[in-house]
Amino acid sequence: MNPLLKSIFSANFVFATLRVTTPILFPAIGVAITSLSGSVNIALEGIMLVSAFTGVVVSAFTGSLWLALIFGILAGVGMAALLGYFHLNLKADIIIAAIALNMFASGITVFLTYIFAHDKGTTSSLKSLVFPSVKIPIIDKIPVIGRMFSGLNILTYVALISVIVFYYLIYKTPLGLRIRAVGQNPDAAESVGVDVKKVKMYSLLLSGFFGALGGLYLSMGYVSWFSRDMTAGRGFIAIAAASIGGNLPLGTFFGSLLFGIVNTLAIFLATLKVPSELIQMIPYVTTVLVLAVYAIQKSVRSGGEE
Amino acid sequence: MDTILSIRNIVKVYPNGVVANKGISFDIEKNTIHALVGENGAGKTTLMKILFGIEKPQEGKIIYKGKEVHFKSPLDAIHNGIGMVHQHLMLAPDLTVAENLTLGIEPRKWKVFLDTKKAVDIAKRVSEEFGMEVPLEKRVRDLPIGIRQRVEILKALLRNAELLILDEPTAVLTPQETEVLFKTLFDLKKHGKTIIFISHKLKEVKAIADRVTVIRDGKVIATEDAGSLTEHEIAELMVGREIRFERIPPSPKVGAPLLKVKNIRYRNKENVEVLKGVSFEVRSGEILGVAGVEGNGQTELVEILTGLRKADEGSIVINGEEVIGKTPREIREKGVSHIPEDRMKNGVAENAKIKENLIVDRYYKNPFSKGMFVDWKFITKYSAKLMKDFNVLATSPDALVSSLSGGNIQKVVVARELSMNPSVIIADQPVRGIDVGSEELVHRLLNEARDKGSAIFLVSADLDEVLELSSRIIVIYNGEIVARFDDVEGLTGKDLGPYMLGVKREA
Repeated sequence: MNPLLKSIFSANFVFATLRVTTPILFPAIGVAITSLSGSVNIALEGIMLVSAFTGVVVSAFTGSLWLALIFGILAGVGMAALLGYFHLNLKADIIIAAIALNMFASGITVFLTYIFAHDKGTTSSLKSLVFPSVKIPIIDKIPVIGRMFSGLNILTYVALISVIVFYYLIYKTPLGLRIRAVGQNPDAAESVGVDVKKVKMYSLLLSGFFGALGGLYLSMGYVSWFSRDMTAGRGFIAIAAASIGGNLPLGTFFGSLLFGIVNTLAIFLATLKVPSELIQMIPYVTTVLVLAVYAIQKSVRSGGEE
Repeated sequence: MDTILSIRNIVKVYPNGVVANKGISFDIEKNTIHALVGENGAGKTTLMKILFGIEKPQEGKIIYKGKEVHFKSPLDAIHNGIGMVHQHLMLAPDLTVAENLTLGIEPRKWKVFLDTKKAVDIAKRVSEEFGMEVPLEKRVRDLPIGIRQRVEILKALLRNAELLILDEPTAVLTPQETEVLFKTLFDLKKHGKTIIFISHKLKEVKAIADRVTVIRDGKVIATEDAGSLTEHEIAELMVGREIRFERIPPSPKVGAPLLKVKNIRYRNKENVEVLKGVSFEVRSGEILGVAGVEGNGQTELVEILTGLRKADEGSIVINGEEVIGKTPREIREKGVSHIPEDRMKNGVAENAKIKENLIVDRYYKNPFSKGMFVDWKFITKYSAKLMKDFNVLATSPDALVSSLSGGNIQKVVVARELSMNPSVIIADQPVRGIDVGSEELVHRLLNEARDKGSAIFLVSADLDEVLELSSRIIVIYNGEIVARFDDVEGLTGKDLGPYMLGVKREA
């Protein structure tokens, strides 16, 4: 068998896919929750960046993984709160507010990287901690399967569990019911005394929380440093992933997995003698294609009306 | 009898200077159905908004169950036992009936989780108590409008509403659904509830109300026992002048067919055959009325005639020219005007100015545009004249359509559609949801257009309207024309009913 194909059809590939899917799945859950509440959150890119940066710096200066986790999450949720404040209290357009936040995040993290690490590109001069990898007791012993599913970063498992948490949150809790009601008919929710603004704010904060985990994983799991704009569009790909999954828990998971697989393919194909720029295009081209197919399919299903 | 609600001298002035309520006072007796009627813009909606805590009055008092109340929000009103069924139903389409009913007061399991079973139980209890059956575990999206409205009423009952406000509840219902609603309302009265019923349809007011309050121009004109007033008298109180309800005189001269429709077939995206070979002709100087229960293919037929939808088969000849496959603009340019069923969706751009709406179909023609530029000066003058001719009540041609009442919005649509000097007029529910005064005007204008030689195709869910206006009538049922009446003299709703319900059809 061709060595490339062999490497793709291997346990390593599954393992790598799960690694690569994690920083898409977290923000995708965040996007899905806000979409269900009727808002479009395109600020996940900025939320992840800020959290990724905060985690690295806090861990480097305090030496505490827990503090890095807490501050990373606070940073992400804080960004989301800011977005909510602009959108819900100051009545700014949420898309424009999110673009502003994304640009702010990109700028401030570079600036602070320079302050703390004396380098405008990365924080590699700082000694960042990383979240540990975990061996799953029984699964680890199973041949092949163990190499696929055990020994991944703890945040990858958290991401998978988050899908289940997302499901319970949305379908089994009063907050979830209210989020859905607000997304479908805010007037209806308001007419029975549901505080629409509050519900929308909660859903934004939740997206900040999941986005933050995605950011922390990028800088403290996937790699062990922060580099400028390291999210590389994952916050936007997450929107595509959630949207093809209909913003539903399992759908969002499979949507993210799809992009995870494509990204992993790109990594594996990098061993070929093809210009790397072409290969690096693959995930983005796929995003465009998938969204196009999705849009066409949707318009065909609705009979091309409206 | 006990008075449950006293409205005393309510004055409401909106920030833009519009005085909506000019000192309204009347009482509502407990355990009655009290109808509130008035033309669009008379101030009914404002009054109900005040009652429900959405708006605050500048002056006046509301005394509810013997106590003066000041509701700060709808929630406040709900807590005090007032429920409102809005015209646009307040339901989340993808939630189940039980979820919609318990939204905001969800029963919980271990504090954090929804108790779905208990929610269904609670919903079931209230639905059984009032004998109003609803499929509790179905999604609202999948229910017909009549059932959705029942859910909305239950929502109020579940929150212990004693006083129910229904804002034009029958506007969206078929005659059959209306009957069911009325039965429900009578049952609720038996359960001791008090109902405020807002409507334009005087026949319904007569059928259901114990008392009637007529509001005109922000003031109460009369509050009487419904039995003591005739429909005609109520209508005159509403408009403040005499109105005549009678069949319009036959057209002076009927000419050649201007619209010829042959064998139109159409399948919708669910692959249901909505139109099964429909053929008819409309001649110059006549109104062809289409009677039928809504949803029997009328909407699709109108959209096909106006080029908004493509027929699968058949031919449409207008003024001797085939128009199948032509765009809506090309069809309009052949002299076809269209008064659409849903004025907000297809009739106007609500956030645009009146003058912009009036010229949206002709802006590119001389004299509205000269060379590359639109002549706004001319358009403003032109629009002011149209507004005068069609009695559109607004401050200026620059007013936004969204600031107008329903009747005036419809007059904007009618002004645009009839001022193009159409040879064929497709009028779909031309007076839906507008007040008697505007209705009379629209009917008169259609009549004038007919006498000037237009061919008019009239679709209406209101049988009286069809009977009043039409020179000939066809009945549509399940996508087929099941009866044709060339002589409408002496024809009544009873003659058409069996055909409309599919019980009877012409051979």
